[in-house]
Amino acid sequence: MKTDYDVIVIGAGPGGSMAARKCAEEGLDVLLIEKRQEIGSPVRCAEGVSKKGLQKFVNPQKKWIAAEIRGAKIYSPDGTEIVMSEEMAGSEVGYVLERKIFDRYLARLSARAGAEVLVKTRATGFERENDIMKVKMVHFGEQIDYTAKIIIGADGVESKVGRWAGIDTTLKLSEVESCVQYLLSGIELDPEYCLFYLGNNVAPGGYVWVFPKGEREANVGIGVLGSRVDRRPKEYLDEFIKKSYPGGKPVEMVVGGVPVKGEIETAVSDNVMLVGDAARHTDPITGGGIINAMEAGVYAGEVAGIAVEKGDYSAQTLSLYDEKWKSTIGKTIARNAILKDKFVTFTDDQLNSLAKALEGVKLEDLGVTELIRRIITKNPKLLWDIKDLFLKAR
Amino acid sequence: MNMIKVNRLKCAYCGACIGVCRFDANELIETWVEINDKCTECMACVRICPVGALEVENEN
Ligand SMILES: Cc1cc2nc3c(=O)[nH]c(=O)nc-3n(C[C@H](O)[C@H](O)[C@H](O)COP(=O)(O)OP(=O)(O)OC[C@H]3O[C@@H](n4cnc5c(N)ncnc54)[C@H](O)[C@@H]3O)c2cc1C
Ligand code: SF4
Ligand code: SF4
Repeated sequence: MKTDYDVIVIGAGPGGSMAARKCAEEGLDVLLIEKRQEIGSPVRCAEGVSKKGLQKFVNPQKKWIAAEIRGAKIYSPDGTEIVMSEEMAGSEVGYVLERKIFDRYLARLSARAGAEVLVKTRATGFERENDIMKVKMVHFGEQIDYTAKIIIGADGVESKVGRWAGIDTTLKLSEVESCVQYLLSGIELDPEYCLFYLGNNVAPGGYVWVFPKGEREANVGIGVLGSRVDRRPKEYLDEFIKKSYPGGKPVEMVVGGVPVKGEIETAVSDNVMLVGDAARHTDPITGGGIINAMEAGVYAGEVAGIAVEKGDYSAQTLSLYDEKWKSTIGKTIARNAILKDKFVTFTDDQLNSLAKALEGVKLEDLGVTELIRRIITKNPKLLWDIKDLFLKAR
Repeated sequence: MNMIKVNRLKCAYCGACIGVCRFDANELIETWVEINDKCTECMACVRICPVGALEVENEN
């Protein structure tokens, strides 16, 4: 059995699988490990992605697309409705995936490209010896130590790789959404629209979402900001469902934490890169993290290729990865972190007047930036202190 | 002495509690959470758990 690799990728979510695939395509010896016995399960996701985002990395396939979405409807506390087209609704609207199948598909693509894959294999730490990383793992109950030049930490919200490498990614309670979701069956809904409900009594510092997965089924879930949790998110959600979908039957329950921390200072240290949720790459406004994780995974794979060719795995060389993600996904992450910090302070009245400012506006051709500009022009007070983010020429 | 206890019948092994622990005192091992003696009972994990699977228990 081979025990020495160029790269070991820890965690086989979308981020890890894309990183492993890219490494293999770059001609590197790469091992992808996953602590669970089934990649992709249990799901921790509402499964919404934008079409454009997804198509940058894979060709959409019927077997892992549950629904195709035309747009989003957002409801303020008094019921004011804002309708957005799919293109402008952001990182979570376009397709609703079947992530159990999707995540496995991505892992398979990495295997096909040449990556080795091990499941039921958990990384428990590493040691650095003369620029070689000794990765400690437990595989099916047995301790195994493999070596690699580079470690890519794609180990999700519970990431330890960052800690082991001295990168502090701890989430404060104000930097994480506490989430619960049911796959509700037997409900009436418009299968072509994702719904979002805002309000301090509905979901403090977050929102309730309804993402259709077919004619009579949807992911109905909630995210509540950790620092605003007074009751369990599950209680808020159960209340919402009792009111809005009394006949719905839960056929699956999903639980999770979504980082809304914003841009971290660095996602690299010597011999280590962090990808996706491990690097807190989720969008702080939408909570979407699938596409960002995939994009970051590709960058990490590219930089691993360059580093191995140079024979230099220092933080300095790997900082090229920081440059890549910060100049792309990082820009939106940083901006939306500021927007989120503002959004979570809004009272219900303010949310209502935000929605009123947009009611009836044809939103089909506006981007998010344009949307925010509209709000600022119509009701300058609401977003005054962050207006420069959007009004400056970009 | 107080201790953080995991109610394994409620826990959905989502990892949120690990993300908020500043003390590297907990770990998600496949399908269960373990809390080690680095725990300072700061309560961050108890507050973030979406389903209330973590509780403080008095050992006395
Ligand atoms: C309730 C909820 C709803 C969401 N909805 C959406 C949405 O609609 N759209 C969207 O884009 N995003 C959504 N997200 C976010 C999205 O799920 C994540 O951003 C995405 O999964 C991140 O991918 P990743 O590869 O970084 O990490 P993950 O998919 O979390 O994968 C990390 C993997 O690493 C493994 N692992 C961890 N530690 C180790 C170890 N020590 N050794 C080996 N393996 C390890 C884990 O088991 C896991 O499989 C949602 C999240 C939640 C919780
Ligand atoms: S946050 Fe709660 S449900 Fe999630 S792993 Fe921790 S104890 Fe379990
Ligand atoms: S109480 Fe604090 S220190 Fe203890 S496990 Fe929870 S978050 Fe970590």
